[in-house]
Amino acid sequence: MKDRIDRRFAACKAEDRAAFVAYVMAGDPDLATSLEILKGLPAAGADVIELGLPFSDPMAEGPTIQLAAQRSLAGGMRTKGVLEMVREFRKADQDTPIILMGYLNPVYNFGYEAFGKAAAEAGVDGLIMVDCPPEEADPLADALDAAGLSLIRLATPTTDEARMPVVVRRTSGFIYYVSVAGVTGVKEADETAVAPYVTRLRAASGLPVAVGFGIKTPERAAAVARVADAVVVGSAFVEVVGSTNENVTSSVLSKVETLAKAVRAARVP
Amino acid sequence: MTAQPNAYSAYPDANGRFGEFGGRYVAETLMPLVLELDRAYAEAKADPAFQAELRGYLTHYVGRPSPLYFAERLTQHFGGAKIYLKREELNHTGAHKINNCMGQMLLAKRMGKTRIIAETGAGQHGVASATVTARFGVPCVVYMGAVDVERQKPNVFRMNLLGAEVRPVTSGAATLKDAMNEAMRDWVTNVGDTYYMIGTAAGPHPYPAMVRDFQAVIGTETRQQILELEGRLPDAVVACVGGGSNAIGMFHPFLEDADVKIFGVEAAGLGLDTVDKHAASLTGGRPGILHGNKTYLLQDDDGQILEGHSISAGLDYPGIGPEHSFLHDIGRAKYLTCTDDEALEAFELCSRLEGIIPALESAHALAKLGEVARDIGKDGVIALCLSGRGDKDIFTVADHLGRKI
Repeated sequence: MKDRIDRRFAACKAEDRAAFVAYVMAGDPDLATSLEILKGLPAAGADVIELGLPFSDPMAEGPTIQLAAQRSLAGGMRTKGVLEMVREFRKADQDTPIILMGYLNPVYNFGYEAFGKAAAEAGVDGLIMVDCPPEEADPLADALDAAGLSLIRLATPTTDEARMPVVVRRTSGFIYYVSVAGVTGVKEADETAVAPYVTRLRAASGLPVAVGFGIKTPERAAAVARVADAVVVGSAFVEVVGSTNENVTSSVLSKVETLAKAVRAARVP
Repeated sequence: MTAQPNAYSAYPDANGRFGEFGGRYVAETLMPLVLELDRAYAEAKADPAFQAELRGYLTHYVGRPSPLYFAERLTQHFGGAKIYLKREELNHTGAHKINNCMGQMLLAKRMGKTRIIAETGAGQHGVASATVTARFGVPCVVYMGAVDVERQKPNVFRMNLLGAEVRPVTSGAATLKDAMNEAMRDWVTNVGDTYYMIGTAAGPHPYPAMVRDFQAVIGTETRQQILELEGRLPDAVVACVGGGSNAIGMFHPFLEDADVKIFGVEAAGLGLDTVDKHAASLTGGRPGILHGNKTYLLQDDDGQILEGHSISAGLDYPGIGPEHSFLHDIGRAKYLTCTDDEALEAFELCSRLEGIIPALESAHALAKLGEVARDIGKDGVIALCLSGRGDKDIFTVADHLGRKI
């Protein structure tokens, strides 16, 4: 539902703070733990949740999220299972937007229309498809429109002025600015380079702009939170899942809490 | 010249579509680069100076034209149509791969790119990439699955001799598709100076069309040579298909000759009745989206990509070039399959009867010669693309024959 995203961004804006978007991979390291983490995210400070759809060939991910997808698939997680997780989550939380993030083939394989319908019924609010540029997006956008879901578009440092109108076309909810040219979780974002892009994207789209890729520490998160409408952190949490053997859930959620606090405090004078 | 409506050579359209296949399914970071490449290639293609430079290198460096050789003993053996072999294995580096690499190298130079990356499975495209980058003095990084690095040590050494850096890829199953993923990750990280030299007629537009154009020299020469030798067009052309670059290069100049039958041969590995022990994307897969294009893929019920298997590392890829998917769906080309065992048999047969050790990839096409030759009959003529030489495969073959070398 598009409304849930709009309401959440409006609420954060009213508090004069950036929204905090937390990414985790569905089914990582296993279904039970992953569901526990998902349910714990809002209380730990996530305003919006990005839930990774595992794919065998995640071409834009760094090693951290690649390994997470492998763990998830090895544990038997598939697209239907991810929708099942969202349905479980929605039993207790009607307000936190959930965006699914992944690659096109599993969704194409599901059938765009069938997927839109199933995702909306499960309580999903939007979709980010890394390998679906605007030029190829119309069939998917039609299906998501019909289901009332947002198609959230990525913009990058290589998106120039001429291309900006193409990128913002048929997008809703928010725009995701990929702050570095590269894969997830490797290079570091620099807020001074990010700020002008955010301003231009906001003007071109009339939508809030979230910034992600390369934000791992509370300091970087706070710096980006001063210039963007939302801050996305993913690899930092997935790294904890991958490197922790005991108390995975509490370790991840405490990391989420630390970063969420940094984002909330960023604009307090 | 205006293309005929429905003319096969009119594809792809401006968006890189061959019917429903092809397209540009890449991350936004790469989209401006892919569009820039499209423009740069269109300009180069129309520039007589570029074409002349390419022809010069193909003649004096690659050794073209390659002969079209009448395989008398294979013809006698099968007792059907006259068999001609297009000798791509005589090219510099021993396979058709260099036709494409030379074209892309000249394009990269023209675009001012100063670093080349490539993916490789068996190492043939890696060696061809390392060769042309050595010739032009440009640094080259080749991504190769760690499993393949282990299986294809001679080619790794060749690439190193040529000055290329081979980076073993350990993600996923550590084979060709993972090497391609890793090359895409490198490209997305080094967008300014890097040119991605894709080795087959797949990937985002314009790669499938561009690689086809560079490989079409195979079919264009074959057409001319057979007209000289036989005074007529062949009744059929045959080629093996992994990603499908030698095949599309052979097929394309014949697409509009309605009387020329077209046969591609996919790798059936241990058999099509296995779940993931073959690499026949058209025969055993279904349409999906991977590595920048929509095409037939080997995938599970959820759309997760399967590894695929073939005794030939060059055919061991879970996808296929989008133009083949198109030709398959409209029925212009027919795709047969060949198991590991059939390929091994043809490998030995061609070695003994013609004194030519074929690549295991090409052996897949050779294995279907009997079927096609008998089907066409004694009065007919067939041309088969012998895409590469088999020296690289002697260890694999010896292993299967239970011999130590």
